[in-house]
Amino acid sequence: MRRTTSRVLRGVALVSVLAVGATACGSSDGDSEQKAVSAGDLQAALDKGGDITVWAWEPTLKTVAADFQKKYPKVKVNLVGERSGDKHYTALSNAISAGKGVPDVAQVEYFAVGQYSLTKGLTDLSKFGADKLASKYTPGPWNAVSDDSKVWGLPMDSGPMALFYNKQVFDKYKIAVPTTWDEYLDAARKLHKADPKAYIANDTGDAGFTTSMLWQAGSRPYKVDGTKVGINFDDAGAKKFETVWQTLINEKLLAPVTGWTDDWYKGLGDGTIATLATGAWMPANFVTGVPGAKGQWRAAAMPAWTKGDKASAENGGSSLTVPSLAKNKELAYAFVEYANSGAGVATRVSEGAFPATKAELESPAFQAKKFDYFGGQEANKIFAESAANVASDWKYLPFQPYANSIFNDTVGKAYVSSTTLAQGLKAWQDASVKYGNEQGFTIEK
Amino acid sequence: MTTSVTTPAPAKSAPKLRTPRKAYVPGKPRRSKLLTGLMALMVLYTVVPLIWLIISATKTQDGLADSNGLWFAKHFALWSNISDTFTYHDGIFGRWLLNTLLYVVLGAGGATLLAVLGGYALAKFDFPGKKGIFAVVIGAVAVPGTALAVPTFLMFSKMGLTDTPWAVIIPSLVSPFGLYLMWVFAAEAIPTELLEAARMDGAGEVRTFFQVALPLLAPGIVTVLLFTTVATWNNYFLPLIMLKDPDWYPLTLGLSSWSAQAQTIGGDVIFNLVITGSLLTILPLIAVFLLLQKYWQSGLSAGSVKE
Repeated sequence: MRRTTSRVLRGVALVSVLAVGATACGSSDGDSEQKAVSAGDLQAALDKGGDITVWAWEPTLKTVAADFQKKYPKVKVNLVGERSGDKHYTALSNAISAGKGVPDVAQVEYFAVGQYSLTKGLTDLSKFGADKLASKYTPGPWNAVSDDSKVWGLPMDSGPMALFYNKQVFDKYKIAVPTTWDEYLDAARKLHKADPKAYIANDTGDAGFTTSMLWQAGSRPYKVDGTKVGINFDDAGAKKFETVWQTLINEKLLAPVTGWTDDWYKGLGDGTIATLATGAWMPANFVTGVPGAKGQWRAAAMPAWTKGDKASAENGGSSLTVPSLAKNKELAYAFVEYANSGAGVATRVSEGAFPATKAELESPAFQAKKFDYFGGQEANKIFAESAANVASDWKYLPFQPYANSIFNDTVGKAYVSSTTLAQGLKAWQDASVKYGNEQGFTIEK
Repeated sequence: MTTSVTTPAPAKSAPKLRTPRKAYVPGKPRRSKLLTGLMALMVLYTVVPLIWLIISATKTQDGLADSNGLWFAKHFALWSNISDTFTYHDGIFGRWLLNTLLYVVLGAGGATLLAVLGGYALAKFDFPGKKGIFAVVIGAVAVPGTALAVPTFLMFSKMGLTDTPWAVIIPSLVSPFGLYLMWVFAAEAIPTELLEAARMDGAGEVRTFFQVALPLLAPGIVTVLLFTTVATWNNYFLPLIMLKDPDWYPLTLGLSSWSAQAQTIGGDVIFNLVITGSLLTILPLIAVFLLLQKYWQSGLSAGSVKE
């Protein structure tokens, strides 16, 4: 009885959030919701000027905002960027539900776009002509910001995956760079045997990493069609991942170090963590976080699940969106377009961001860029090829931020107890289904 | 105090009942190896992190990763770390420092002022409902500020004061413990006869307070000021939920946002600046303690000995 009540209450809560979003949309947009905004209208708004507030932590946006203000002197961009991750989303959700203090532009990672677009928290940018920009972007990121004819944001960067490896360590123990995950497993054994302090990788359970690995392995656990959602980790792709990763866990071949901690940076620097399979944005973090290992690391293509397979996946990456409650939507869109489709892209790429736009990825200058950190390697060639090989049919849940928040309570157990990864994923699935039902989604089997 | 304790000499003729314990000799305290050892461990426990902090502040980001935590790295980078801390992100660290000072001066200063006025009134005036106030104050001491942060946030949100410095300053003005301390201190430190004498001489209540009571309260005021200053300086949770605009962050929030950069794609990893910033953050507190210690030491023992 109590359970039903709380479920009903939560259902009501979701409905009211949806309603708040909907009414907010209606009141602020009025009739203009359907009306297209032409380039001329945008130019007029830019000439008129005004203030916009941008919530984004992406560091290269600072230069972009400065350039934008130089180009349009009447526009003032107020960039708020000291907050990221959970804190950012908490603040954004709070502002949206309070209907007050909502920024004009918000950075939203791809995995969270669905959550905000579904609750009508974001403006559909197609009325500004954003839908015509589809062909500019690689399929992974574009797929993440759009559904049907609606566009919820413009891709800012992308994270086609690559395998970063410590060449010094690999050379020292005469280990070949793995091209398949089976070879990776052998390399892990060989390395740990040669140096018990060294591990092929670190992992204590990371939702973003796991979903990206499933993506690459061909698993498609999430099916999303509006509020109809399917969650199922029981497919061939997931099996492939479970088998290899369970072996790594069982044989204690993974360093028990959590990513992004100081321990992790230390491990990347001193050779005790020998590889890192992650997004192509990683070089920037290597340069500032692990300056001492300069020259030791290299990039390689992701190991394949079956020899010769080129499938890749995305890890990380974010878009700039215009919340429904933004006050100055024309200026907001003009800024988003400038930063992520216009002149801002070149600025951001030159400062080390990894683009989501085809033109930049395919440009000879970009591909020929030599990375001092990777001993002069032209790593962008590897990243660009990976970007082209990302399958575009991956979907995140419309409540992925919640699902990720319970990852460690479910799948995380596989890393510290006798629970297997398969059982962990099943527990994650069940918990996600339960939450989805409580939130009023139709969960399909 | 001219007390002298003499060891009672056992009479030679009397049979010894038991060996007398070594008596307490002032100036020559008894030593216990166990207690000394325990104290040494405690000192180590409290001082080692500080030493680590000081040493780490001299290292570059790189040096932090590949050198022993308790010894210096090859490259001594303290000065460049300090200047980087103050110049990073257009010198926002300086702004956070000024914010913290603002919150301390207005918040802790105001809290002390209110505690002094309230404590004096409660100690020296009789009025109905005093017992009730006592119960409320004692109850309030027991409620941790963290527990009140969320209700306070909702209240301030309704008033439209969130994301302004007032949201940090106004809640800091209330210090039940400070009020209680001043109350007890005022009751002991100001003889009621003195106040009566002042009144007999024709001084008004305001003059009596400022000229007679206030000088006597000085040690207590310093003690309360120290407590509230430390509490405001270290406050993290309240500003965390109240403030969105980094321009109003205090040092605690600012440093944590710098630390979080290491977990951001493309974010600058600046552990060295976070550590140097932390060291710079505790220096003013240490200075305040050293400067005011003689006042608050005498304040702590006030009223402990009846003379």
